[in-house]
Amino acid sequence: MAWLAMGGDLLHDTIVFSTALIFAALGGVISERSGIVNIGIEGIMVMGAFVGAVVTFMLEPAPYAPWIGFFAAGIAGIIFSLPHALASITFKADQVISGVALNFLATGLAVYLTKVMFDGAGQTKTLTEVFTKWEIPFLSDIPFFGRALFQGYPTSYIAFILVAVVWFVLFKTAFGLRLRSVGEHPRAADTAGINVARTRYIAVMISGALAALGGATVALTTTSNFSHNTISGQGFIAIAAMIFGKWHPLGAMGAALFFGLAQSVKTLIQFFGWNIPVEFMYMLPYVVTILVLAGVVGKSSAPAAVGKPYETGSR
Amino acid sequence: MNKFVQVFTKDSFLVPVVAIIFGLIVGAFAMLAGGFNPIEAYVALFDKVFGDMYNFGETIRQITPLIFSGLAVAFAFRTGMFNIGVEGQFLMGMVTAVYLGVKLDLPFFLHAPITIVGSMLAGGLWAAFAGWLKAVRGVHEVITTIMLNWTALYLVNFILTTTLVPEGQQRSETIKESAMINIGWLSEMFDSARLHWGTLIALGAAFIFYIVLWKTRTGFELRATGVNPHAAEYAGMNVNKNVVKAMFISGALAGIGGACEILGVFHYQAISAALPGYGFDGIAVALIGGNTPIGVIFGAILFGILTFGAGGMKLGAGVPVELIRVVIASVIFFVAAHGIVRYFLKPILAKKKDKEVL
Repeated sequence: MAWLAMGGDLLHDTIVFSTALIFAALGGVISERSGIVNIGIEGIMVMGAFVGAVVTFMLEPAPYAPWIGFFAAGIAGIIFSLPHALASITFKADQVISGVALNFLATGLAVYLTKVMFDGAGQTKTLTEVFTKWEIPFLSDIPFFGRALFQGYPTSYIAFILVAVVWFVLFKTAFGLRLRSVGEHPRAADTAGINVARTRYIAVMISGALAALGGATVALTTTSNFSHNTISGQGFIAIAAMIFGKWHPLGAMGAALFFGLAQSVKTLIQFFGWNIPVEFMYMLPYVVTILVLAGVVGKSSAPAAVGKPYETGSR
Repeated sequence: MNKFVQVFTKDSFLVPVVAIIFGLIVGAFAMLAGGFNPIEAYVALFDKVFGDMYNFGETIRQITPLIFSGLAVAFAFRTGMFNIGVEGQFLMGMVTAVYLGVKLDLPFFLHAPITIVGSMLAGGLWAAFAGWLKAVRGVHEVITTIMLNWTALYLVNFILTTTLVPEGQQRSETIKESAMINIGWLSEMFDSARLHWGTLIALGAAFIFYIVLWKTRTGFELRATGVNPHAAEYAGMNVNKNVVKAMFISGALAGIGGACEILGVFHYQAISAALPGYGFDGIAVALIGGNTPIGVIFGAILFGILTFGAGGMKLGAGVPVELIRVVIASVIFFVAAHGIVRYFLKPILAKKKDKEVL
């Protein structure tokens, strides 16, 4: 029985770690499918975590505070992704550089504002109202699966629902078809009467909202505050998950779960008393991504027009 | 006189300058929003840097690694690649320097040079791996170098904990004195600010950067690869080899920078949970400097002053030091999206055009 309980715990932890990655990776998928590289996901997650924590703090002790904080983070993500959209769509800037600037700006701005608001402290006060785990009646009593799947944070359930929603929107709606066509062949899309710039703006804004929700998830479930290292690298792991998942929502979710597993295997290592240095577990997502890209583990190719600004009338 | 005016109204000069001004304005707005006086803060910033010899010397120390990382980013840019991995290459240089500095037992005239060469190779090879992946497997260097940054961070922590950090501590042993590159008499002149030979090496590297890229055949091939890889291929150049070569040189510059920080400034390396930020500052420096060696030096001076002077803003006006990150990020943003800058410059540039027609 110890095995079953441990397995349940392991999957449970995996999902806790993966939730933020799933949100952000979905954001990455939507943006890149429309042809806009979004390296700025890390920065948007930072802003999401910051806004989520601060709004929640201001509304405490209301029990709904984390919910408002969560949605406020989503809106902040939309606003914060606008400079990237403006630079890379309207002004045809280098999308990678614009994203790097966004990352830079986010960490600076969020820590600056935290210090301004909390009398020079580098982190927000610890939140008293955060998301608590939901135990789904009956289902959570099932051995193994109950612990693994039905005792999670509400954000995890939202993330899994969003995977289905994003898949449906991308592959089963007219809007999704337009979004993908703009990312694969903007000229053809333009000829067919699709507004390339508008579609890309919408995609970047949705991507910002999703990434920020991912950031808020971290602040409102695992850390219960915001500090400079609440988000450190999760945005880049999410980009890795997007690539490993072949720019597909389901693939991205699978990759995010795999990377989440790599993080929670620490429990497993302790359980078995294995002697694997923890640094190698941290390295895993990044090394796997390099191997995937090098074609060692499956082939993955980006949307054709990703990273290229679209100029009306160019060939 | 006319020529003089022309230099200062050229796009390559106007865009970065206006971007810097816009960046400072964004910073000022952020300060106003936080209830601070921006003028007081900026004055405090410059007071700190130019106030006394010690702080002036420390500013030079702050500028030095930025020259290296700026040159590293710029070199890759010139060959058509975006090396976001300077961060990781810098770290690899640092850990190699600590390792050789602690473990080797050599006379001073060998210890420091051998250590620096070791760091150069470590940084170069770390970057060349990304170049090799691009050349052989067609993997975009932006993604691989980002992933290699984080891989380097954890690899460095692993090397430090297993070989160099005494049990129960968070930082490595101190390197041997024979490996240090401090300049004692100069430090004394600057009230014991940490000045070292690295600054001179950085300026030398900028000079070599120029010679290699613009005065040698290799440099011509590298630039040709950057401007148009297909044309370079057609002209009989080995594009793949050039890609790997360019990344190696870029990473080597970062590696030397890392070595100088260890041998000249810190003398140890600490276990860190986050990336140190040298490489990201290097991107800003290279962009503002238009990827030329002179531009990089000026960019490094500017960002060195800003980041070191940030401490003065904290003391003089109570502004948190992170504000300067906001300023630098805005500058990068405006240089990248120079369309925005041009939009605001339109009235000025339009006037210039009118004159030209006349």
